[in-house]
Amino acid sequence: MSSDIAAILAIDGIASGAIYVLIAIGFVLIFAVTRVIFVPFGDISAFTALTLAALETQRLPGTMGLVALLAVMATVMQVTADLQAGDHKAIPSTLFFYLLVPLVPVALMWFAAGTVMSMPVRMGLSLLLVLPIAPLLDRIVFRPIADASVLLLLTVSMALHFALVGLGLMFFGPEGVRTQPLTDASWEIAGMQVSLQTFLIVGSAVVFSALLYGFFELTLTGKALRATAVNRTGARLVGIRPAYTGTMAYVLASVLAGISGILISPVTTIFYDSGFLFGLRAFVGAIIGAMVNYPVTALGALLVGVLESFASFWSSAFKEVIVFSLLLPVLLWRSLSVGEVEDEAEE
Amino acid sequence: MSKIQFRYLTLAALLLLVTSPLYLNPFSMTLLNYIGVYGLVALGLVLLTGIGGMMSFGQAAFVGIGAYAGAWASALQGYSPWVGLMLAIVLSCSVALFLGAITLRLGGHFLALSTVAWGLSIFFLFGNLDGLGNYNGIANVPPISIGPLKLVASWQMFYLIWAIVLLALLASRNLLDSRSGRAMRALRGGNLLVESLGINAFATRLATFVMAALFAGLSGWLYAHLNRFVSPAPFEVHVGIDYLMMAMVGGATELIGAFIGSALVTLTKNSIQDYLPLIAKGASGQLEIVVFSIVFIVLLQRWRGGLISISSHLLPSPHHEIDGQVAPLSRRPLPHRDETLLTVDQVERRFGGLVAVDKVSFTLKAGEILGLIGPNGAGKSTMFNLLTGALRPNSGQVVFQGRDITHSPQRTIAKAGIARTFQHVKIRPKMTLLDNVLLGTHPRTRSGFFNGAFRLDRKEEAQARAEALRQLQRVGLGDKPFELAGNLPLGNQRVLEIARALAADPVLLVLDEPAAGLRRQEKQALAELLQSLRSENLTILLVEHDMEFVMGLVDRIVVMNFGCKICEGLPADVRQDPHVQDAYLGGLV
Amino acid sequence: MSLLAIRSLDVSYGKVEAVRQVSLSIEAGQIVTVIGPNGAGKTTLLAATMGLLPSTGEMLYEGRDLRRMDVEARVEAGIVLVPENRELFGDMSVSDNLILGAYSHRHDGAGNRRNLDAVYHRFPRLLERRHQKANTLSGGERQMLALGRALMAKPRLLLLDEPSLGLAPLIVRDIFKIIASLRETGVSVLLVEQNARAALETADVGYVLETGEIVHSGAADMLIHDPKLIATYLGGH
Repeated sequence: MSSDIAAILAIDGIASGAIYVLIAIGFVLIFAVTRVIFVPFGDISAFTALTLAALETQRLPGTMGLVALLAVMATVMQVTADLQAGDHKAIPSTLFFYLLVPLVPVALMWFAAGTVMSMPVRMGLSLLLVLPIAPLLDRIVFRPIADASVLLLLTVSMALHFALVGLGLMFFGPEGVRTQPLTDASWEIAGMQVSLQTFLIVGSAVVFSALLYGFFELTLTGKALRATAVNRTGARLVGIRPAYTGTMAYVLASVLAGISGILISPVTTIFYDSGFLFGLRAFVGAIIGAMVNYPVTALGALLVGVLESFASFWSSAFKEVIVFSLLLPVLLWRSLSVGEVEDEAEE
Repeated sequence: MSKIQFRYLTLAALLLLVTSPLYLNPFSMTLLNYIGVYGLVALGLVLLTGIGGMMSFGQAAFVGIGAYAGAWASALQGYSPWVGLMLAIVLSCSVALFLGAITLRLGGHFLALSTVAWGLSIFFLFGNLDGLGNYNGIANVPPISIGPLKLVASWQMFYLIWAIVLLALLASRNLLDSRSGRAMRALRGGNLLVESLGINAFATRLATFVMAALFAGLSGWLYAHLNRFVSPAPFEVHVGIDYLMMAMVGGATELIGAFIGSALVTLTKNSIQDYLPLIAKGASGQLEIVVFSIVFIVLLQRWRGGLISISSHLLPSPHHEIDGQVAPLSRRPLPHRDETLLTVDQVERRFGGLVAVDKVSFTLKAGEILGLIGPNGAGKSTMFNLLTGALRPNSGQVVFQGRDITHSPQRTIAKAGIARTFQHVKIRPKMTLLDNVLLGTHPRTRSGFFNGAFRLDRKEEAQARAEALRQLQRVGLGDKPFELAGNLPLGNQRVLEIARALAADPVLLVLDEPAAGLRRQEKQALAELLQSLRSENLTILLVEHDMEFVMGLVDRIVVMNFGCKICEGLPADVRQDPHVQDAYLGGLV
Repeated sequence: MSLLAIRSLDVSYGKVEAVRQVSLSIEAGQIVTVIGPNGAGKTTLLAATMGLLPSTGEMLYEGRDLRRMDVEARVEAGIVLVPENRELFGDMSVSDNLILGAYSHRHDGAGNRRNLDAVYHRFPRLLERRHQKANTLSGGERQMLALGRALMAKPRLLLLDEPSLGLAPLIVRDIFKIIASLRETGVSVLLVEQNARAALETADVGYVLETGEIVHSGAADMLIHDPKLIATYLGGH
């Protein structure tokens, strides 16, 4: 392999790695705050891409139906819960948060249907539309079993992913999409053509990671999220509701997933079921970071991107095998570094 | 349901099964075959998940290994399917051994995630290996033949499949009721408990994992010859979830739950395929998955224990005849009275900047009861963990019967003759009193997985049971050996732990706050028990907070405060020591 | 009306009843202590009062039914627990821990700043260490931080579980002084302690809990001279 090819592969790898970084950080964020390993997270990213593609061709995106369906389900569940608790006063706010807020972007989309929108507007609307999905799923699927073990939550999460992929096919259809490039411009650096798009991708990953860091460090809500992740009981004892921080984590992570979907859609063809695989690649990164450490997670995700890029050059058939087998040495290293026996009795 | 009733019911069910080709049509027979084939995988998952507490999303990959091994050997290489069977067994077990060795030290969800990773890797491997027909798969897999007889018809396969299934079920049942099986059932109690009993937790996990893979590989081999065609699709990760679902829907804590789940899932899937298109026009296979996943989620939300949890009271309670006349298990020689048994020399343990145990030394003589006391947070529990190997000291030395155990793992220390109890009782609530105490005999017995599964361990098992019953009687719990341990009140649970410790034939018994949470009479009974044990020449180290309890019972006392030993001596002297009064007895005057 | 009135409280884990038919009450401005041996159910009692464990029986706080309120609502109503293991945010700084203590009053910015100054004034050590992570503190400092975090929540009823646990005698003395001084600021305290003598010296009223049941109760200065209690808990000679 010449150094030119290596450089091109590396740049490609960093670009896709940067996209995985966003998803991987989202994984860690949701897991740290809610203990849920949110497997359908990659699907959120794919759905954003599909929504964006629909808007480009002036079609109504399937996301509208999906969000409306979930909003109605969540509302019914929450109203039932309110009534059972005898808390009639909570119903108006339930209707507002679970029904009205998620349906606002749907309604916007409905009225804007058929109009030609500029690229930033399309992106903004797509992002807005996918944001409610994960928090609503949290309410419908995970909150009733919030006290369950991580393993049970993970199992439910896997099942949820398959349900969501099936729904994805119903709402989006089987066609693959690829959106317009963000920009056609490219720069020459050290004798190589590097597209501006690559810079935008890497830049967005950096900017959004930095924004998240700032949010955690500087705002009270960010601190409350960290507190929940560090010590759930401690958080409850100062009056932080895990359900609330959980919703916040889902919303924030969805922003990251949405951005990653927007960034990836001009680069790769996206199908309704593409989310799982790039979700999983990001996942490898998250596991490298032990699901708790953001910087190591980001490095891990970058590593996966670069490895994938080189692997597809060596042997495109075994690309996936190579990437997922990477986990084994990582896990081996982790298992060797497990120190004195820690107790994890579960009943 | 009584044992006799249950036996008749089982017999009737077996008869119904064996004669099913007489009254079921070929299509139903085929369904029954698949129920058996899938149930076998689920059975492995019950052992792995429900019993051993390890979650795997990747079982489909092992099914694939078995199926491809069978198809490759018979269809592509022209060997007999039985060669394929051997290959399937060897391959699935060795891959499991390799993957297990790498991943099974990981905690709960990391382990589960790793199964997704290798599950995918193996799946992609099937699709990309030229020798295995890529994504097209391997067609024309020959039927299995027994001598000149080719098993082609579904009823013929039925007998082979269900013979294997019943054999696997029987072997698993036997296993769970044996030494190694009890070790598997203890796994969910946590490493600390398992290792303190002298059981190698990792090896037990690994064996369980390999067994689950073996069942999956067998199932794959059967699948290849039942379906007569193999392609990668049925070995995807989402099929792995289907298997998990079978185990969980049926009830992952009972072996039979695997087949209840397999039947339920297979039949429901079949009817969804029949009826869904009638309800929703043009519905695709994807909708089937959606409906299925939603049903699964709702089931997990409502019944975490699966269907068997609703009907488990119908199963007969476990019961064994115990032969009191068998030769007792061999005992280790007890040391002579007043011989130095344990020497703790300048032991130190730090946590970050905090010195929890600060250069503490004391010795323990054979046949005495030594009390280690001190206020909460004095470092007693840390000291306790250092002695039993749950923690390692930063410096200093611990010598037990002339042997340096400073850096020995818990398991080795347990085998050397130090048995412990726990401050927060660690018993297995869903196991009987007898089985809990039998766990204690683990280091004194030898039978492995194979002997357990095929009942080659009966003599030793009878000896162990007699020993366990003897220990239960010794502590006064001998009247209901088949009661579930979780039904005991706290006081008796502590006593049960002592019986379990005694079953290990220890030289030294180390008790962590045995009187905490006990009522007055219970404390008295406990004190009497400990005194009678001392009269039998057993040495006891008691870590305790309750002064009243300690003072009347022990021979000598060591007092700790802020990680240091502040005093040592006879109870009466310690009581008079001003340092002790200051530090321990609430001296804030 | 009592600040907190508990009647016939039962708490059980599975089949084990950890607290049986416990009744006690706390008047505004009182310090009430519950003493008893390890495993008697003291911590369970506090956890149930906080809403961390399900319980049956009656629990009234200023006449309001507590059992309809979750943990967070109880915090908002002024019931604040300092648990035995402190439950600090170990990976976060001392100042973040304190700031989060005021989470239930997060909209009162000025009040919280004043309160923060007051806590730093009371515990100058925490001011010195405000940028340090909580899990790097010593045992005594952790307890100060736990108390400080609880005070940031503007408690009206403070539930303290073993505040002297693992602390050196000098620090224990300080901690009990601080607890006693809370009375002047109008905070009521329910104090669970093994250090029976120190607890009874600080409190107005004492209860003795044994295997989940209350076996003695009365004015603290009476209990401290009760010969039977002295023999069991107070290390009589």
